[in-house]
Amino acid sequence: MKQGALWFSGNEAIALGAHEAGVKVASGYPGTPSTEVMENLSRYEGVYTEWAPNEKVGLEVAIGASFAGVRAFATMKHVGLNVAADPLFTAAYTGVRGGLVILVSDDPEMHSSQNEQDSRNYAFAAKLPMLDPSDPAEAKEFIKLAFRISEEFDTPVLVRTTTRIAHVKGVIERGEMESSSVELTMEKDPQKLVMLPGHARMRRVVLEERMAKLRAYAETTECNRIEEGDRSRGFITSSVSYLYVKEAFPEASVLKLGMCWPLPEEKIRAFADSVDELIVVEELDPFLENHIKAMGIACKGQECVPAIGELNTAIVRTAIDPDSAPELLPAPQLPMRPPNMCAGCPHRGIFYNLSKMKVFVSGDIGCYTLGALPPLAAMDSCVCMGAAVTVAHGMSKALGEEGNGKLVSVIGDSTFIHSGITGLINSVYNGSSSLLMILDNRITAMTGQQNNPASGYNIKGEAANSIDLEQLCRAVGVTDISVVNPHEIPEARKVMKEALERDGVSVIIARAPCVLLPEMKRQTVVPYVNKLENCTGCRACVGLGCPAISWQPLTSEEAVARGYREKQKGYALINEVQCNGCGQCLTLCKFDAIVRKGE
Amino acid sequence: MTVTGNILFSGVGGQGILLASEITAYALLEAGYDAKKSEVHGMAQRGGSVTAQLRYGNKVYSPLIEPGKADLLVAFELMEAPRYLPYLHAGSRVIVNTQKILPPSVATGMTSYPEDLLAAVRACDIHVVEIDAFALAREAGEVKAANVVMVGALSHFLPVDAAACESIINTRVPERFREVNMKAFAAGRAAGA
Repeated sequence: MKQGALWFSGNEAIALGAHEAGVKVASGYPGTPSTEVMENLSRYEGVYTEWAPNEKVGLEVAIGASFAGVRAFATMKHVGLNVAADPLFTAAYTGVRGGLVILVSDDPEMHSSQNEQDSRNYAFAAKLPMLDPSDPAEAKEFIKLAFRISEEFDTPVLVRTTTRIAHVKGVIERGEMESSSVELTMEKDPQKLVMLPGHARMRRVVLEERMAKLRAYAETTECNRIEEGDRSRGFITSSVSYLYVKEAFPEASVLKLGMCWPLPEEKIRAFADSVDELIVVEELDPFLENHIKAMGIACKGQECVPAIGELNTAIVRTAIDPDSAPELLPAPQLPMRPPNMCAGCPHRGIFYNLSKMKVFVSGDIGCYTLGALPPLAAMDSCVCMGAAVTVAHGMSKALGEEGNGKLVSVIGDSTFIHSGITGLINSVYNGSSSLLMILDNRITAMTGQQNNPASGYNIKGEAANSIDLEQLCRAVGVTDISVVNPHEIPEARKVMKEALERDGVSVIIARAPCVLLPEMKRQTVVPYVNKLENCTGCRACVGLGCPAISWQPLTSEEAVARGYREKQKGYALINEVQCNGCGQCLTLCKFDAIVRKGE
Repeated sequence: MTVTGNILFSGVGGQGILLASEITAYALLEAGYDAKKSEVHGMAQRGGSVTAQLRYGNKVYSPLIEPGKADLLVAFELMEAPRYLPYLHAGSRVIVNTQKILPPSVATGMTSYPEDLLAAVRACDIHVVEIDAFALAREAGEVKAANVVMVGALSHFLPVDAAACESIINTRVPERFREVNMKAFAAGRAAGA
């Protein structure tokens, strides 16, 4: 590695790019695979960063900062851009003052997402330019380029990554610090900034004029480049797909589109004319392919390249040359190893209870979505951020009395603040009958422990206001509010059952910190251990699905040899190293077979 | 060929695969190679099967290893070795931690942990190096250093010398964990010989 070079992930590189671009205000909501951009940016001097309660808020904050004349940045994952779509479409009309760049990370293959959507469609729909880097080094350069384009063309600019850019590490180099020539301002310019219909109609024209200029720019920008090679096949590609093409067909001619919208029609046409066969290779939607075909240019695309999931070099090669498919060693049949809640996770206790109750559980997005998996299997729907509350309300209205006492929605603290609270307002206002459980583990956990408005700390770990969730629920009109300790399983179940017996909207806040919180990790864990002589093999604790507890099967001879009843099929064993000392298993054991170590 | 090596790390979320792959990557970068590494964060990390893919050579384009092209598999858990057989080829090498971490279906007694897992791997003409990384890490003073034990065993098969790996551990690992990680590396290196 060269002196001064850095081994950075795409997200670290993007944060450095934003820093070098002189970003002054940045706001985002965590979402895999975008989260580490804002986390890393928060460590640089000279930039204000924050976690917003949701992506719409984050983008609006960035729009405001741009209006005030600084370079501003918003980050989110693909589904977050749906939430931020409202300001996005109109920010295309207002344009910017300070450069405004929106980073959006797609997740082909859905490694950590509920759907597989292609954010390039937003660039088309909102009439915004989008840059589409291939690797960490390019991602950093493209962020800087995006800010220059934003100010030159008076437009927000989208930069898109995917998991295989965001979470890929590569070698990058530091660059020059840049700054904006735009000055701080509070200048009023209603025709540009107040999108009344009369003003918006004028900006609508500006928008088309700007797109025409951007189309011309796309023809000349260096980020759209032709790599001359064997002309029997020419590939048009962008994003990480470019890397797969380079490896699968190193000799071929390639038109690499670093800017995926608007498209350089003349360049594409010239490239198409220069090759015998034109092939478009892209992940997710046939975005380039459809637009190229609409230009009247013949090309091959998703009739051979898969539309679903991630690509890789082998998939690209085989799609185009089916005979090249390698013969692979067969995958043996093995037990699956799906993700699981951590040992000591407070969510587990609540889902254990829900699994024993005859209820429909409307779930939401977070670690607790894992409550849908066996052995707990206690989540019956999950659509998007905030939908736990609203789906339960919709079911309550559809089912009427039939649903009384049987509808539970489950949402995390961060997700509740993101977009659950508006649903709760609706439930109360429109007379729902359902129980809302807010699983308050004091952190945005799934994305790697980010602070949120309920955690009491800001992005830098400095003390900040902590929303009082009880008071918040009370303020929107909920009168039936209880707080439980999710680790105390039987007591929590009693409170849950009682709440379900009452009509109207009930809220139970299940409060216990995530075991991955730094302050929890620093605590000395006193694990629980077995008093094996007392275990009757009832399997109550095994049913928790805790990674620290395993079922040890016994033959009848082995059972007798251990002093158990002949019929006892096995016993439960706690792995002390994995145990986080939550004590949920203890609250379920009726036979005094579990004790705190040393007691 | 611009890429000279493909190393696949597999294991269970929480086993420290990322640190192990980082130490390996830095050792290769210091030796002058280009490299790319791909990982997956988020839901996949919560105790599920995880991988990190490290590729190095003169110039690396794709961050993903093609199925059938991994030269080395470093499996941090016994069952997570055969799971990735389709990534390997005859002549590949597997360094496997023989520790068993029970997946939920086994831990809850729905199914049992498969037997003879490594025989199936060896039957494919793949070299297997077995390491009891958990026990070696415990001897070194910290069970969590099992990941660095694995790097120690892996170091025999990297185009860099052991000192290069040790120097990375010395500069990249926080000071309070340095000694135990150096011991873990040495133990792994001895066991992998």
